[in-house]
Amino acid sequence: MSALRGFVRKETWHLLRDRQTLGILILMPLIQVLLFGFAVRTEVDNIRLAIVDPTPDYRSVELRSRFGATSNFRIVGAVGSTAELQPLFESGQVRQAVVFEPRFAERIGRGEAVAIQLITDATDPNTGSIMQAYAMSVIRQYEAELARTAPRVRIVPQVQMRFNPTLESVNLFVPGLIAFVLTLTSALMTAISITREKEMGTMEVLLVSPLRPWQIVVGKVIPYIALGFGNVLLVLTAARVVFGVPINGNPALLLAESLLYIVVALALGVLISTVAPSQRVAMMAALAGLMLPTMMLSGFIFPIESMPAPLRALSNIVPARWFVIVVRGIMIKGIGIEHLWRETLVLVGMATTLLTLSARRLAVRLG
Amino acid sequence: MRTLLFLIRKEYLQIFRDRATVFQIFFIPIVQLLLLSNAATFGITNARMHVVDLDRSTMSRGLVEHLVASGRFVVSSAVPSQEAANQSLLDREATVILTIPSRFERDLVRQGTAPVQLVLNAEEGAAAGIVQAYALQIIGDYGRQLGIELRPQTDPRIDPAPRAATAAFDVRARSWFNPTLNYKHYMVPGILVSLVTIIGMLLTAQNIAREKEAGTLEQLNVTPITKGQFIAGKLLPFWLLALVMFSLGLIAGKLAFGIPMRGNLLLVFFSAAVYLTVALGTGLWIATIASTQQQTMFVSFFVLVIYLLMSGLFTPIDSMPTWAQWMAELNPVKHFVVIMRAVLVRGADLSGIAVPLGALATLGLLVLTAAVRQYSKTHG
Repeated sequence: MSALRGFVRKETWHLLRDRQTLGILILMPLIQVLLFGFAVRTEVDNIRLAIVDPTPDYRSVELRSRFGATSNFRIVGAVGSTAELQPLFESGQVRQAVVFEPRFAERIGRGEAVAIQLITDATDPNTGSIMQAYAMSVIRQYEAELARTAPRVRIVPQVQMRFNPTLESVNLFVPGLIAFVLTLTSALMTAISITREKEMGTMEVLLVSPLRPWQIVVGKVIPYIALGFGNVLLVLTAARVVFGVPINGNPALLLAESLLYIVVALALGVLISTVAPSQRVAMMAALAGLMLPTMMLSGFIFPIESMPAPLRALSNIVPARWFVIVVRGIMIKGIGIEHLWRETLVLVGMATTLLTLSARRLAVRLG
Repeated sequence: MRTLLFLIRKEYLQIFRDRATVFQIFFIPIVQLLLLSNAATFGITNARMHVVDLDRSTMSRGLVEHLVASGRFVVSSAVPSQEAANQSLLDREATVILTIPSRFERDLVRQGTAPVQLVLNAEEGAAAGIVQAYALQIIGDYGRQLGIELRPQTDPRIDPAPRAATAAFDVRARSWFNPTLNYKHYMVPGILVSLVTIIGMLLTAQNIAREKEAGTLEQLNVTPITKGQFIAGKLLPFWLLALVMFSLGLIAGKLAFGIPMRGNLLLVFFSAAVYLTVALGTGLWIATIASTQQQTMFVSFFVLVIYLLMSGLFTPIDSMPTWAQWMAELNPVKHFVVIMRAVLVRGADLSGIAVPLGALATLGLLVLTAAVRQYSKTHG
C-alpha cells in the first residue's frame, strides 16, 4: 500500500511541477464554458421576417404585430409581391416570409377559409423546421383567439413547458457544455499518462517495481481526480453565478455525480493510454475519436430521440450522454437519485469496466 | 527545393511506418462521417407521449389516434393517472403528457369547446418547441374535422347565425432552397470539414511538438534549412494527406448519402486546398508556441472547439450575440462550409464564392506569416 502512496506522490509531483501546463488544465475548461455559454445558442432567435401584404387591413396588421411581439422574430420589411422575395432570400437578408391574401379581414369576417403562405429558407433544414414551427404556432394562436369570439367546435390546448417554462436556452446548453468539456479534458489528461512512460522508457522501471498493474492505473488516475474535481467546481460556479443556471436539486448529489463522471472520463483516457502505442495515437484517439461523437451523440446539441434506432443504441455507450441527463436532471428538473439511479448505475458500471480493462491491458503487457 | 522534398519524404516515412496512425487517419473520418451524419437532425419523429385519457370516449380516442397517425407521436403509456404521467416525465419515459379531461366529448358536443392539456419536457428546448408546434397543428386539424362532422348537431342557440370571425387559416408552408428538408445533404459537407480539420490540425501540431520534446527539432535547427522551408516541410505532407482524406470523405458522402455535386468539383478542391492551409497552419502556429505535446494538444482542442461550435455548423449564427458573430467571420470553418454548400448544393461558380474564398486566403496568409515569425531557429 505504501508503494501506491509513493507512486501517487510521484505522479502528483509531476503534475504540479509543470506550472504552465497546470494553468492550462485548470483554466481551459472554465474559459470554454464561459466563452461558449455566452456565444452559442441552440435556440433560433432574431428570425428576419418579411411580410407580403398587398392590401393591409386591421386583421393582417394585427397578426403582423403578433410576430413582432415575440423575441424570435424581427420584421425586416414589407414588400408588395412574392416576386420581390427571391433576391431578399438569396442575399440572406430575409429568412422567412408570411404572405397574406388580399382582403384578409373581409374573408375572415365572412368565415371563408383564408390562405396564408409561409415561406421558409430551408438551406439549413434544422433551423428551417424550427423557424417553421415557431411561425406556425404564432399563426395558430392568433387563429384560436379569433375563434374565441365565435363558439364552434374547437379543442383548446393548454400548453405547459415543464422544467424550463421560458425555454431559457442557457439552462439547456450550459449543462451539456459542462459534460462535453469535462469529458474531453479529462480523457485527454490521462490519455498520454501511460503512453508517455512507454515512449520515455520509464515504463520498464514501473513494471519491475513492486507496483501491481491496478495500482499503476489507480495511481495514474488519483491526482487527476483532484484536478478534475477542481474543474467541476469552477465550471459549476460559473454556470450558477455567471449564467444564473438554477441548481434546483441537491448540490451535494450534483458534486458526487460529477466526481463519478470525472472518474469515468479519466478511466477512458487511461484505457486509451494502455492500448495506444504512442502519444500521437493516444491523443488522436482521445480528441479525434471522442470530440464529434461526444458532441453529437450525447444529446448536448441534437435530441437523441430524433435519431435513427441504430444511432440511439450507439449513443448508449457514449458516457457523456448519461452525464448530460444527470446534470440536467439535478440542475433543471431538480430530481434526486430516485429518478437518476439508472443513469448513476450505468456510470458506475462504465467506470468499473474501463478501470478493469485498463489494468488487464497493463497486466497482459507484463507477461 | 530538393531540401523540401527530403523533408517531406522523411515525414511520410515516419507516418506510414506507424500503422496505428495510418489506421486512425483513414478509419476515424470515414466511420464518423457515415455514422454521425445521421444524428444531426432536429426533426422529431417519435415523441413519446403519455396519454391520460379521463374521458374514454370516441372523440378522445380519435384525438389520440390522430396524433399517432401523424407519425410524430407514439403512445408510451396510457395509464390514466396524472401521478403516473408526472413520474414518466421525470424518468424520461415520456416527452409529452396529453391529458384529456372527463366530459371532453360531452363538452365538445354541447358547448362546442373543450380543453386538453399538453405538458412538455422542456429539458431540450428546441426539441420541445418543435414537438409543441406539431401537437398544436394536429389537435387544431382534428378540431376542424370534428367541427365539420358535428355541424349538423350544433345547436343554433349556441352557434348564432352570423358565423363571424371563425377564421380557419389554411397555412401553406413552403421550404425554399431545400424543399424536402433533407438534413443529410446539409450536414455531410459540414461534418466532413470538421473531421478533416480535427485530424489535420492535430497531426500537424503534434508532429512539431513531438520533435520539440524529443530534441530532434534542435538537429533540424542546426541544418542550413530556412524558416520558410521548415514550415513548408512540416505543412505540405499533412496538407496532402488531408486533401486525400477530404476526397475519400466526399466519395463516401456521395456513395452513402448521395450528396449533390452540382457545381465544379475543381472549385471545391481549390477551396479545400486554401482552407487546409489555414486549418493546418493554425496547428503549426500553436505548436511553435506551446512547449510540450500535452500543452499543444490542449490548446489545439480549445481552438478546434471554437472553430466547430462557433461556425454555425450545429447552431445558428443568427442567434449569437453580435461580438460572437464578428468572431465567426474570422472562423475558417464557417467560410469553407459556406463554400462547400454553395458549390455542391446550389452549384455556385467562382463569382458566387469569391467573398468567403477571399476571406480564407487572407486568413491563410495571416496564419502562415504568424507561424513563420513565431518559429525561431535559435531557441529550439
